Amino acid sequence: MFNTNDVLETVNMIEREHLDIRTVTMGVSLLSCISGTAQKTADKVYDTICKRAENIVKVTGDLSREYGIPIVNKRISITPASLICAPFAEKSYLIGKALDNAAKAVGVDFLGGYSALVHKGMTDYEKKFIRTIPEVLADTERLCSSVNIGSSKSGINMDAVKLMGEIIKETAQKTAASDGFGCAKLVVFCNAVEDNPFMAGAFHGVGEGETVINVGVSGPGVVQHALEAVKDADLTEVAETVKRTAFKITRAGQLIAKEAAKRLGAEFGIVDLSLAPTPARGDSVAAILEEMGLESVGTHGTTACLAMLNDAVKKGGVMASSRVGGLSGAFIPVSEDIGMIEAAERGTLCIDKLEAMTAVCSVGLDMIAVPGETSASTISAIIADEAAIGMINNKTTAVRIIPAPNKKEGDEVNFGGLLGRAPIMPVHAESAAKFISRGGLIPAPIHSNKN
Amino acid sequence: MRAVVTVVGKDKKGIIAKVSAFLAERGVNILDISQTILEDYFAMIMLVDLAQADVELGTLAVQCAEMGKNIGMSVHVQHEEIFNAMHSV
Repeated sequence: MFNTNDVLETVNMIEREHLDIRTVTMGVSLLSCISGTAQKTADKVYDTICKRAENIVKVTGDLSREYGIPIVNKRISITPASLICAPFAEKSYLIGKALDNAAKAVGVDFLGGYSALVHKGMTDYEKKFIRTIPEVLADTERLCSSVNIGSSKSGINMDAVKLMGEIIKETAQKTAASDGFGCAKLVVFCNAVEDNPFMAGAFHGVGEGETVINVGVSGPGVVQHALEAVKDADLTEVAETVKRTAFKITRAGQLIAKEAAKRLGAEFGIVDLSLAPTPARGDSVAAILEEMGLESVGTHGTTACLAMLNDAVKKGGVMASSRVGGLSGAFIPVSEDIGMIEAAERGTLCIDKLEAMTAVCSVGLDMIAVPGETSASTISAIIADEAAIGMINNKTTAVRIIPAPNKKEGDEVNFGGLLGRAPIMPVHAESAAKFISRGGLIPAPIHSNKN
Repeated sequence: MRAVVTVVGKDKKGIIAKVSAFLAERGVNILDISQTILEDYFAMIMLVDLAQADVELGTLAVQCAEMGKNIGMSVHVQHEEIFNAMHSV
């Protein structure tokens, strides 16, 4: 028989502290769909996804009821679409449409992988493909896109960085009616991972199997609650508490991942043990940092608290799962975390501080809204800064930034649901245009040369 | 298949009787019961077996939650594996 306290703890975590499985993401390889024409390929892509992911909504619903744990999102990630579209890159939007239709047909929330990997160089077809992103994101609902522009091994492709600044601006313009919502579905990566289950940056890497189930677990509220019980403890004990809590959360994810893979006839991929906040109160990463003793996230000490949190989450999670992957750590998306939103509104949290925080946590500048008049070169420069942090520190960094059309500092954008709302944060007015216009490649760091 | 039933709420008469009758009607066998009162709050945990049950686990969970609402208690039914996973190494 089970220990009463253990059982009640689990029930409480789910009922009151927002413990959930944030996403069950099915990775689907589409390499076998490449055909002679865009239309033929689009048809094959649609059929393949509808067949493989046919039961994902039913199975996750069953699991959620049987294990009594909410499964918030059902998603699909695919082979980077630029590879599928290579022979007819200028018609890539046909594939984009087919992907979006397939996502709607099987009932998943998002489908990620309208992506290109150009961290060292860009082929002609990749350039053409990337240029379709703004239109495709404006014309689709559930499709997400990402572009990898740098890696620790190859350096930073500054031509791609320049292009992505322009693409983000164009995407914002094309979705101006919804405050630039298209940009919330577009991520620019350095060191992108091939098995990330989280959106908008998920894609199914070419080194992956045919059909794979990756699961993202969450639970900032659970960690915050655990820390409330050790109010006067020193930081060693705080880290231990986070570790123990991360262990329990990840075990729940591992259980669901294995069972989902079995029932869907797929391979079990990885568990991504990221603390992913939602705009709901009590589900905030910022609140964990404040529980550690900060008056507000963004103040001095924030980077240290986040570094400790991120590391402790990884340590607890690694022990709990047979295969850990994805991004694994703590997410700090501004619009999706009530504590971050409030700190940004107060002016305590600025982009420069967020940039420092991304050096020690698992992602990057995420869901940040900036004035609509921000230039493409400034956005490129922000991407370059983030990519440099990722490249030098051998970690994934990302930029998901929304230059909200016609909005200025003091305004707010509201995307609703899990994407939340974001105050417009100021950027530096001084130009980096000359630096960005140089193009070329920032060479890989010396410590990447390990062969 | 075995599952854990948790019943939590303000203590009152007849909770065990109601819950166990509800389970018996559906062919669910109770293997073990542990019950405590924590500051006026009733907390009961049952380990049950669904081998002979007329309903599937997912359906039973939904029905029990509904029954719980009617008697003013929070009732959960969950596959036992989630507790094994989270609380044992």
